[in-house]
Amino acid sequence: MMAGLEGSMIHSDKSVHALQRFGLGARPGDLDRVQRDPVGALQAEINRPRVTLLSKPGLLSTSEALKVADEYQVERRKRLAAEPNLAGDAAAMSASPRRDKGIMDDQQSGTVSSREIYLDEVVARYEAAQKAECGFAERLVWFWSNHFAISAAKGARLLVTAGAFEREAIRPHVFGRFADMLLAVEQHPSMIMFLDNNISIGPNSAAGSRRGRGLNENLAREILELHTLGVNGGYNQADVLALAKIITGWTIGEKQDGSRGAFTFNPHRHEPGVHKVLARSYAQAGVQQGQAVLADLARHPSTARFIATKLVRHFVGDEPPADLVAHLAKTFEATDGNLAKVSRALIEAPAAWEPPPTKLRSPQELLAAMLRATNSSLEGPQLVRLLMTLGQRPWSPGGPDGFPDTAAYWTSASGMRTRLDVASVIAQRAEANSDPATLVDQIIGPIASRETRSAIAAADSRAQGLAILFAAPEFQRR
Amino acid sequence: MIYSPISFSRRDVLLGGGALFTSAFVPRLASAESRDPRLIVLILRGGLDGLSAVAPIGDPGYARQRQDIALSASGNSPALQLDGFFALHPKLKTLSSMYAAGEMTVVHATASPYRERSHFDGQDVLESGYERPGRVDSGWLNRLFAAVPSGRPVPGPRVLGVGSSAPLIVRGPAPIIGWAPTTLRQPHDDLTARVLDLYRHLDPPLGDALTAGIKAADVVENAEGTMGKVQTEGMHGNDKSMVEMATGAARLLASSGGPRLASLSFNGWDTHAREGGAEGRLANLLGGLDQAIASMKSNLGPAWSDTVIMIVTEFGRTVHVNGSYGTDHGTATVAFLVGGAVAGKRVIADWPGLGSAQLYEGRDLKPTIDLRSVFKGVARDHLGVPESALSSSVFPGSDAIRPKRDLLKA
Repeated sequence: MMAGLEGSMIHSDKSVHALQRFGLGARPGDLDRVQRDPVGALQAEINRPRVTLLSKPGLLSTSEALKVADEYQVERRKRLAAEPNLAGDAAAMSASPRRDKGIMDDQQSGTVSSREIYLDEVVARYEAAQKAECGFAERLVWFWSNHFAISAAKGARLLVTAGAFEREAIRPHVFGRFADMLLAVEQHPSMIMFLDNNISIGPNSAAGSRRGRGLNENLAREILELHTLGVNGGYNQADVLALAKIITGWTIGEKQDGSRGAFTFNPHRHEPGVHKVLARSYAQAGVQQGQAVLADLARHPSTARFIATKLVRHFVGDEPPADLVAHLAKTFEATDGNLAKVSRALIEAPAAWEPPPTKLRSPQELLAAMLRATNSSLEGPQLVRLLMTLGQRPWSPGGPDGFPDTAAYWTSASGMRTRLDVASVIAQRAEANSDPATLVDQIIGPIASRETRSAIAAADSRAQGLAILFAAPEFQRR
Repeated sequence: MIYSPISFSRRDVLLGGGALFTSAFVPRLASAESRDPRLIVLILRGGLDGLSAVAPIGDPGYARQRQDIALSASGNSPALQLDGFFALHPKLKTLSSMYAAGEMTVVHATASPYRERSHFDGQDVLESGYERPGRVDSGWLNRLFAAVPSGRPVPGPRVLGVGSSAPLIVRGPAPIIGWAPTTLRQPHDDLTARVLDLYRHLDPPLGDALTAGIKAADVVENAEGTMGKVQTEGMHGNDKSMVEMATGAARLLASSGGPRLASLSFNGWDTHAREGGAEGRLANLLGGLDQAIASMKSNLGPAWSDTVIMIVTEFGRTVHVNGSYGTDHGTATVAFLVGGAVAGKRVIADWPGLGSAQLYEGRDLKPTIDLRSVFKGVARDHLGVPESALSSSVFPGSDAIRPKRDLLKA
């Protein structure tokens, strides 16, 4: 048993760690199940084929979703042009959701179908969270999705494809190769639109010399700074510029021939010539030039170190233990970015289990844990409303760097207040079917403090007891 | 300045009463004679159409370019005259009376240094205080907090960010506090007390954060001389949320020991379609903004005389009207300075004109005033931050952008 850091006095327990630190929280019965072999329970998820994949009837692929969004947009513009002075704006506006960035294109006056596509994806994501045995694989899906962050708040085309992006570019590679995930992400329409590569044109390309428009460095910069090497990873502005040129022409098909809404390489926009990134010259033709750079970036030591640091910070502590980071980085390098092996190295390292729980569950983890504990579910609009109130609207971080991943960030004044509000809301919904005195054993039993147990026992109602369980440090921290 | 004491609610009692914010953050007190300045940055996200908010009705190009959505000095809903050349949108009645009372100044044809047309990047530039997008580690209001020199009134214990997550403009190394109106059913005080008690024993950092959050909510809901709960009956949608946020921010800034620098954001200004003129979508939004400013004034109480509210947006909109009766992303637009400390009744503009040859890139209102000169002028004269700090840490690389003078009452 450990003394608390920073004033926290919660104990460590391996079964609880398996479910809370590395998973999405216990459902009744899970704690007993993992008790015999907590590490093995997590390993089992890595070994299960297709564990990270998510499919469900009704979910649209990226190109299908883009088609729906574009058709809706065309339809809407036609309708608006025909009836310029339609009344009812106020009503339409109050029905539309609050936006993070105040942008109207995306959800304006009830672009119902776009929003519905998004809500379906959020529901599917939470269903997967509910079904997961421990939730280690799902946690990794969320981790990678936040590492390669896009934002649904950027516009209708991002809103409708945010979920598909995760299912298509992230999930298939969570226990695959980092290089494959990187390539899938950078060639995914959502990322290309989010970071403006669809408007980037090589100045000396056929299209560039004709139109006089130019490069957009956004995607190239974030590939280097956020996706691979990290900000101190050893690149400079010349590398950004070169990579931006190399990936000109990486765009989204607009033709009706099947390329529409899918990744396409447009040679007319591609900047010709040999370009140098990190002192290495790339002379390949067309799309292969960029693919070669990505392959090299994926196995760069800075990338290994950057990914290892982020993984340890996410799962173990705001100040990642250096030895553990080095161990993961070494594994990453030695296995050429085999993410099953890197994930395994994390859960098999004693140093990942030893520190007491100082991380605060992110809002999306916290909500999943409450729903798992009570075997309950919410409709899409409620999920989004609660997560937005908690400051983590799904797939909508403030920027390409994703949601912050430190306890320091989430332990905010308004955040803690809202956490209690949400705990109370879920507790009231679940009180008919859940007994807090039983649940405290089933969910946090081994680490439940005397204080928490007696506060739950003294509660004046089941709902209050449940809310105290959800608010307790043993439940909030991991 | 003397403040009304804050009423003691049950929550105050359960939180131990006393100072509003945890003792670690109680500021050094400013001396009795000195001012206690408040600064609020109100961001209209989506890109405000400055030509409809403050119409250059004296420009012969205006009615020609804006056609159906142009405002006019006559008719059923006439624009509200400012100086004969510019007129306020008819829904901005409160702002109009503040202008007449010398508490509102308009800055027109202004823009941040951002010259592209992405909301994300435009807002990042506006909020980060850097010249280019891509810097999202801290915001200029946070760095401004740190730049207030000793010997000047302390700008509160923390920077206030209204909303469920801290906007970029308030993020950074200086302490921040968040507050957001909630639509969730509030837990009983008894639950709060039990959880706080648990945190005190088991996890003091969680207890401190929850205490600060509850105290902020308590200030908003139980401020002396107010009606308690924010009054928004009869309002809906955007109006309601604007007034709730404005009221909360104002009550926190008015409170003794509360924050003094704040930012809040109103969404939905991206009027690509069916923008409307004197009535319509933008008019509804402007009506909500106007009510929000009115409630800020009433909730700030005596602190109003020490307040500057800067109303800004990431960029303006095209001069031409598009095929959907709206306007697209543009460049220069309008900014407002509102508050008792503002040297008002002025329109500050170096008007570029609306003739086709006068437009920026043939489509937008041309920027002639760098918005940072306004920010810097207010920061220097309202908070006493030296120009050197403004050009280095607050708005890096802005040495050439001189602070505007005389924006505030002497």
